[in-house]
Amino acid sequence: MADLKCTIAGIKSINPFWLASAPPTDKYVNVVRAFEAGWAGVVWKTLGEDPPVINMSSRYGVHFNSARDVIGINNIELISDRPLDINLQEIRQVRDEWPDRVIIGSMMAPIDERAWKELAIKIAEAGVHGIELNLGCPHGMCERGMGSSIGQVPEMIERTTRWVREAVDIPVFTKLTPNITNILWGAEAAKAGGAHAVSLINTVNSVISVDLDAMAPTPTVDGKGSHGGYCGTAVKPIALHMVAEIARNPETSDIHISAIGGIENWRDAAEFISLGANGLQVCTAAMLYGFRIVDDMIDGLSNFMDEKGYKTIDDFRGLAIKNTLDWNELNINFDTKAVINQDSCIECGRCHIACEDTSHQAITFDVSADGKRSFSVINDDCVGCNLCAIICPVPDCIEMQPVKNDLPYLTWPQHPKNAIRDID
Amino acid sequence: MKHKNHRAAYNKILAKQSANSFFDELHRPLNKSTGFKEADQCLYCYDAPCIQACPTSIDIPTFIHQIKTANVMGAAHTILKENIMGGTCARACPTEVLCEQACVLNDDAGKPVKIGLLQRFAVDHLMAKDASHPFKRAAQTGRTIAVIGAGPAGLSFAHRTAVLGHDIHIYESRDKAGGLNEYGLAAYKMVDDFAAKEVEFILDIGGIDIFYGTSLEQDLSLNDLQEKYDAIFIGIGLGGTNDLGLDGEAMSGITDAIDFIEDLRQTDDLSSLELGQNIIVIGGGNTAIDAAVQAKKLGSPNVALVYRRGESQMGATAFEVELARKNGIAVHLWSKPITLHGKNSIAAITFEHTTIKNGKLTGTGEAYILDCDMLLKAIGQKLDGTNLQGLATKDGKLVISENYQTSNKKIFAGGDCVLSGEDLTVQAVEDGKQAAIAMDIWLRDN
Repeated sequence: MADLKCTIAGIKSINPFWLASAPPTDKYVNVVRAFEAGWAGVVWKTLGEDPPVINMSSRYGVHFNSARDVIGINNIELISDRPLDINLQEIRQVRDEWPDRVIIGSMMAPIDERAWKELAIKIAEAGVHGIELNLGCPHGMCERGMGSSIGQVPEMIERTTRWVREAVDIPVFTKLTPNITNILWGAEAAKAGGAHAVSLINTVNSVISVDLDAMAPTPTVDGKGSHGGYCGTAVKPIALHMVAEIARNPETSDIHISAIGGIENWRDAAEFISLGANGLQVCTAAMLYGFRIVDDMIDGLSNFMDEKGYKTIDDFRGLAIKNTLDWNELNINFDTKAVINQDSCIECGRCHIACEDTSHQAITFDVSADGKRSFSVINDDCVGCNLCAIICPVPDCIEMQPVKNDLPYLTWPQHPKNAIRDID
Repeated sequence: MKHKNHRAAYNKILAKQSANSFFDELHRPLNKSTGFKEADQCLYCYDAPCIQACPTSIDIPTFIHQIKTANVMGAAHTILKENIMGGTCARACPTEVLCEQACVLNDDAGKPVKIGLLQRFAVDHLMAKDASHPFKRAAQTGRTIAVIGAGPAGLSFAHRTAVLGHDIHIYESRDKAGGLNEYGLAAYKMVDDFAAKEVEFILDIGGIDIFYGTSLEQDLSLNDLQEKYDAIFIGIGLGGTNDLGLDGEAMSGITDAIDFIEDLRQTDDLSSLELGQNIIVIGGGNTAIDAAVQAKKLGSPNVALVYRRGESQMGATAFEVELARKNGIAVHLWSKPITLHGKNSIAAITFEHTTIKNGKLTGTGEAYILDCDMLLKAIGQKLDGTNLQGLATKDGKLVISENYQTSNKKIFAGGDCVLSGEDLTVQAVEDGKQAAIAMDIWLRDN
C-alpha cells in the first residue's frame, strides 16, 4: 500500500487531503466530523478582527448540467461571522484532541500592518500549524479593501505576506486569487514577501445564473443579486493551469503549492500532484456529498500509486511539469488520426455530424441494405483534432492513433514557413 | 347471473366504478425528477434510427433534447406536429418493437431510452397547461370535407386538413369520438379518460364538426356525400369481426373480445359486467392480451389465452405476452379450437394441438378440453363492406394509391380499413396525416 504521507511548508500531514477555508471548516463540530472521516487537515474558515461580519441569507447559486449534476456553485458568503475568541478557543480544543491532524488559520485584515500582525499573533497563539493569508475573496470583503482587492496588487501581496512572516514563526501560506491576468505576478510577490507556500486558486469571480422570473442574478437576495465566488469541478482546468505555471516558472518552482480548485476525487488530486502540488485542499465536493468522500480519495489515490509503482507522493509529484510547455515548444510535425472501432460503434452518428458541421468533413458513413450504418474516417482530411473521440458516447470506440511519419521534432519557431524563424 | 356468488367480493369493489377509476396505470409516468434524468440518457443521435422506426417520423432526438433543456412545451410541439395523437401513442404504442427497438443504446447499455414515457412526459405537460392550442389554421380555403369515422385516422386527418385551412364534417356512428382509443384499447393504458381529453384537444384547432350517431352503413350514402362535399375521407376502421367457423358459435357466453373491452371501457358500473369464472381468450394479438389481462384484473379466477401458433408468430409483442403471464394468465400455444361444447351457453372447448407441416399449419390429432363459461374471440377484425358502393378492395381492405386515394379519386381513405402498415393507432394517425397532405394538394387542382 502506497504511503500517502506528505510534507508541505515543513508541516507533516498523514495524507495530502485538507479541507479548504470555507463553511465546512467554520467551527468545532464540522472540523471534528472531518477529522473523524479521515481528512488530514483543515484550513479554518477565515478569521477577521472583531466585531465579526454579518452574512446574507441566500448565499449559494448553482450551475447544473442537464442531468442536474452540479458543475459548480458560487457563493456570496463572507468570512467567519463568529467572534474571534470563540474560534480561537475551538481551534485550541481541536488541536488538543487531534494531535496528528493539521490546522491552518486563515486570516484577513484591512491594509494596516498592526492589524495584520496582531491578528496573526493571536491566531498563532491558538496553536495552529501555519497561517494562510486570504487574499482572494472576490465578493464583499474586497469592497472593504480586503480579500481580492489586496490579492490583485502584487505589491500588497508581498507586503501583507512579509508582515505576517515578521509577526509569527510558523509557516505562512499566501492564498492567491485567479481573478488576475497572470498568476505568476502574485506567486512571485508572495515569494518575495517570504511565503513558505502558495495556496491556489481562490474562487473565480462570477455571476452563476440569472433567475429569469425574478430577472436577477442568483443567489437572489430580496430580488437582487451580486457577483460571487465560483468553485467546483468547473474551475479545475483554471486551477490546473495556474498551478502548472507556478511549478514550471524558474522564479517560483521552489515554493510549495497547496492546490485548490475543483478537486472532487483521487484522479483530480493525482493530476494536481503531477503538476507539482505538495498538498491539496477540497471544499465544494465535500459540500455536495459530505466528508465521507475522503475515503475514496485516499483509497483511489493509493490504488493508483500501487498500480503505477509509486511508493510515495514525491515519487510522482511534478512528473508532468517537464511535459507542460508553451505552444511554441510543441512538435508541429506530430500527426494523429481518428480510428473508429467498428465493433464497439453503436451508430449514433455523433462523430459524423460534429466533424461534418464544425470540423473537417472527415467522417463519412455508408448505409447497408439492412439499414446498418458504418462510419469511417477519411484520413487525408482528418487533422487529428480529437473532437470525434471526445463526443463519442462509447468509451474507447474512437481512438486517436499517432501516425509514424519519421519527421523530426519541429517547433513553430524553427518552421520553414515562419518568416521570423530561429536560425540555428 | 350465474357468476354472482363468485363475484360477490369483487362486486363490492367494482360497484359504481368505471374502468377509468378502477384500473391502475400500466406504466408509471415520469415525473420531473425521473423525466429529466431519462432525457439525459439520449445521445441525440444524428439521422437517428428511432425516427425511421416511428411510423409518424417524430423527430425523437430533437424532442428529447428539448426536454433536456427544459423546453418541454417545445418538445410537445415537436411531437404533435408529426403526430397529433402523441399522447395516446405514448401510452399505447408497442414502442418495444418501434422506436425503442431502434435505439442505439440497446447495443451499448443493453436497454433503450424510454422514448414512449418521455413522449408522454412532454405531451402531458402541454395538455395539462391551460395553454392555447399549439397549432394555427391557415387562411380558409372555402373547401369542406366529409370524414367518415372519428377514430385515430379520421381525427388525425381532420386536424391536419383543418390546419391547412379546410372545414371538416365528421360522421361518427357512435356517440363518442376516439374510435379504438375510446372503445378498444385496454383501460390500464388509457386511464383518466385520456381518449376523450385528447379528442377535445384535437378539436380545439377549430373548423371540425362531428355528427354523432351517423353511420355509413345506415345513414349515409357516398353518392350524396360526393355531391355535398369537395372530398371525402374514409376512416371507418374494421367494423366486422372474424368467426371461428365452428358449430354453436351463437351460444351465449361467446363474445368478441373487442366488444368485451368496449363494454368494460364504457360502463359506469363494472359490477354489472358479465364475467366468467373460466374465461378463454382465443387469439394472439394485442386485443387478445388486452381482453385477457383486463378480465383477470376484474377478478375472474381462471383466464387462459389460446393461440394456434407459437409465441414468435403472435401479433402481440413479447412485452405484452409477458404482461399476460405476470397477471396469471395461462398461455396455451399451438392449439386450435375444434369443438364448442354446451347447450344454450358455452361450457367447454376442445382444442387440437397444431404444428407446421410442409409450411402449413395443421392439427396433430391430439386434443384436450378446457372448461369455459366465457369465450372471447380475438381472431381479427375485418372490413364492414356495407355501403362502400363498389370501392375497390383487396385482401379485405380498401385499396388506396400512394396518395391515399381509393378507386374513386374524390374519396381518400386511411387507418385500419386500408392496407398501409400495422393495424396500430400510430399507423392510423400517420395515414390520416399523409392523406390530408395529399388531399390538400389534390384539392388545389380539382
